[in-house]
Amino acid sequence: MTSFRLPPCDDPVRPAEVPGIRIALDGRTVEGVDGQSIAGVILGSGILAWRTTSKNARPRGVFCGIGVCFDCLVEVNGARDVRACQRRARDGDVVTTQYDELPVRVRAAPFEEVPDDRA
Amino acid sequence: MKVIVIGGGIIGAATARSLARRGIATTVLERGRNVGGTSSAGEGNLLLSDKGPGDELRLTQYSSTLWPRVDAELADELGPGFPSVEFERKGGVVVATTAEGAQPLLDFAAAQRSAGVIAHAVQPNDARCLEPHLNPDITAAVHYPEDAQVQPVIMTEALIASAMLSGAQFSENEAVLAGIRNPQGALVGVTTTKRALYADAVIVASGPWSGEVAALLGVNLPVRPRRGMVLVTSRMPHRILHKVYDADYVGAVGSGEAALQTSSVVETTAAGTVLIGSSRQQVGFDSRLDVAVLRELAQKALRLFPFLAGIPVMRSYGGFRPFMPDHLPVIGPDPRLPGLWHATGHEGAGIGLSVATGALLADLLTGVAPAIDVLPFSPSRASLAPHLEQLVA
Amino acid sequence: MTVPDVLVIGAGPAGLAAARAARRRGASVTLLDSSDELGGQYWRHLPPQRPSEREAVLHHGWSAFTALREWLERSAGVTIIRQAYVWAIETREGRPGAVFVVVGEVDGEDRPQLVFEPGALILATGAYDRTLPFPGWDLPGVFTAGAAQALAKGERVAIGRRVVVAGAGPFLLPVAASLAATGSTVLGVYEANRTASLIAGWLPRPWQLLRAARKGGELAGYVRGHLRHRIPYRVGKAVIRADGTDRVETVTIASVDAAWSPLAGTEQTIAVDAVCVGHGFTPRLELAIAAGCALSDDDFVWVDERQQTSIPLVFAAGEVTGIGGVDLALAEGEIAGHLAAGGSIQDAALAPALAHRRTYRSFASRIENAHGVAGGWSEWLTPDTVVCRCEEVTYGVLCDAASATGGASLRSLKLSSRAGLGICQGRVCGRTIEDLIAKRAPGLAGGPGHSDAPVSSAADRVRTDRRPIAVPIRLGELAAEPTPLSSPSLSDRLRERHP
Repeated sequence: MTSFRLPPCDDPVRPAEVPGIRIALDGRTVEGVDGQSIAGVILGSGILAWRTTSKNARPRGVFCGIGVCFDCLVEVNGARDVRACQRRARDGDVVTTQYDELPVRVRAAPFEEVPDDRA
Repeated sequence: MKVIVIGGGIIGAATARSLARRGIATTVLERGRNVGGTSSAGEGNLLLSDKGPGDELRLTQYSSTLWPRVDAELADELGPGFPSVEFERKGGVVVATTAEGAQPLLDFAAAQRSAGVIAHAVQPNDARCLEPHLNPDITAAVHYPEDAQVQPVIMTEALIASAMLSGAQFSENEAVLAGIRNPQGALVGVTTTKRALYADAVIVASGPWSGEVAALLGVNLPVRPRRGMVLVTSRMPHRILHKVYDADYVGAVGSGEAALQTSSVVETTAAGTVLIGSSRQQVGFDSRLDVAVLRELAQKALRLFPFLAGIPVMRSYGGFRPFMPDHLPVIGPDPRLPGLWHATGHEGAGIGLSVATGALLADLLTGVAPAIDVLPFSPSRASLAPHLEQLVA
Repeated sequence: MTVPDVLVIGAGPAGLAAARAARRRGASVTLLDSSDELGGQYWRHLPPQRPSEREAVLHHGWSAFTALREWLERSAGVTIIRQAYVWAIETREGRPGAVFVVVGEVDGEDRPQLVFEPGALILATGAYDRTLPFPGWDLPGVFTAGAAQALAKGERVAIGRRVVVAGAGPFLLPVAASLAATGSTVLGVYEANRTASLIAGWLPRPWQLLRAARKGGELAGYVRGHLRHRIPYRVGKAVIRADGTDRVETVTIASVDAAWSPLAGTEQTIAVDAVCVGHGFTPRLELAIAAGCALSDDDFVWVDERQQTSIPLVFAAGEVTGIGGVDLALAEGEIAGHLAAGGSIQDAALAPALAHRRTYRSFASRIENAHGVAGGWSEWLTPDTVVCRCEEVTYGVLCDAASATGGASLRSLKLSSRAGLGICQGRVCGRTIEDLIAKRAPGLAGGPGHSDAPVSSAADRVRTDRRPIAVPIRLGELAAEPTPLSSPSLSDRLRERHP
């Protein structure tokens, strides 16, 4: 059991039935409705986590839900670092999860051999 | 022997460490908190690449030989519980972005080579092997494998911790109010907000505030603040591998212009963020945000790495470099006031030059022949004379 | 479009009320908000694509909101710019500074950049949830109370089937009500403060409750809602850990004493699929700090009785000046708008707003007394509890850095450990880290009131909330020159977005 979008028929607020939209999340189709945020579409389909943290490779999804914590960052149509909880989803959005590994350090490495045109 | 060091930044910390390791009773006085000024506002550059042949380059080369040793000593002394100082000899790549900028860069590198700097001129196409995301339109590039980087705040804290292990004392929130003179007029101590403290030597290591401190002690010192700003991006996959900068940087560093100058210096940190520096501006201690400066930094960074256009900037920070009118640090005794010493004026190179500065002062104070000639950095050097006022008795 | 007389930042209750009052006083008004819908976090609602018959069910004061919205949208002389992100403010001597804005999709690319130099500026930037760390709070399925509320009200998405709500403050009640109305089973609401403190906070002047009748009515409504949904409300209890492999599976709840120290032996583990936690609110201070405004002793924007900040012609209203609820925000907004547009506090038209402000302020201080954060919470941390979520800095690493450096300043510790240096820029962990360090080394931390050096403590104090770049902006956008406000292409682009 997990997060879900309340079907309009069960909803005391009686929202209108509206067109569905589809986004691709790492190639997998996820369905939502028009006007939802990207995070809302993903959560509404029961997926709780998408980003992978840089240091410990842990899963993250929505935490603050209001654009403050930046935990829910995704790449949208090629642009990275988009807050999924704030961006409205559009039909056909291509969403890619982010996992930005820390750089490998070159601690006092031996000097690199490089092409040299001094010759 | 007892020594007072005024300033808990990296110069004060490195000096205290060098003195304490030679058995000198050292007290560092910091008016605020340690590492609260210039040392926490920079990028942590240890650069040879931006220095032409001359005295500052010699000092830098000396410091460069000390760094790996200091890094290893600190790791040994402080153990794995201490955060890493992130010393990385990642190398620098300097590029020219205009046709007219190419030859001066190559000539500069040739002169540096004659002074012993490793500086490989690289064909623009080959530069993309070193930095795959570099703008293909660059006109010349030089690779400097000796350029390195540290995390300056951790480095300063590490030098402080190490100095304390050797017996140095650090007193924060203690400001110097005035000097104490003996009947002969020599400086023999200072009064502070907490006490009167006596010493055989008082070393001013107060960065851009050194002029104020020197004035409290009775002499003028023409150190002026030169503001710098840096942009920090969000974390991204590791795409910028060296310190990469525009050849304009060399001109900006060497210039005494008061007006805004920017030149792009771009590098990845250990956290995966990218730092984009840097600006130089003489506006006193005015720290107000100026969007035009940030915009110019962004524009110049995009000339080096066009892909950065799509990367978010999450923070900017800035600080004040200690600028000297003749572009050399002042290291040594002040001939006008016996007992007074200086260790300041390193402008943007203080992180890199800190360990050399400390070592030279320790040599001078203990009567050991310094590893390099220190006269060019003496407060009594000729180039500084026009800026110094004689002491009024 | 000409340069506006009054620029209002934030279209929540305070900003909406401020914009209307300023316009009524004759000012030309520009209202900026980062969302594409007005109402702020408080009146977060379904988008126009999803009209609903009974939206008011989810809201307190819904008709007040729709009236404000319609009035502002109809008024000539009010320009509303949605999806406007204020990313920097440059100060100017003696007047409000230059306000730099990008307009377009959130975290978009190539958005046009505008610069306003308003005659008067009103900051109504609000507040966001403060959430204290606990072991496992970084697991997916742990949400802030605000996230649960925003997803429920704005999308009709429930964070889980079996949900625990925990923390402190009256805001937990509407959150539980919204969850229940979105199909979740709320297993319980756990308020860390104990009955004695709640009574002490609520009861010394019960007649004030009568004057704050609207607020009382709001709370009474939530309590009735709870009874209807049979949601248990427990006081003196806190979520002290969450467990699970890749998502929260259980939470552990323990009794806490008056100082919020967990009491051994009272732990109880509950299977959940989500938990939402809030421990009060943190004001969004970065723009006020950028504008040069002084802060109050308790770290809100300081304002005088005219809602003016320490900077001439810069006003502030709503939660950024103190947590007081919607009615106080509306009153403060009205006062700020009226005065920013050149009105006087003596004007008869302002009398009702001034009276409301008096009433709701005393009410707010009593809520704070009853529901404030007590210090014992750090006892539920373990060395491997993440305290900075972005940089994954644990409590143990932070303590080790503090010990290794022998009590470095807050600023130095943050730069050494990277706590607070990640992409949220300390928004989530800033206050937490200040508190933890102040607690470990009182007098050394340099946190609020803990340093004996006035200069450095003042500098350290605003460090957490000082974010000269107030919201991330792409380098390509930063490099572009701003679009003149009069540019026809700009009005076209703004119109495209909001037909």
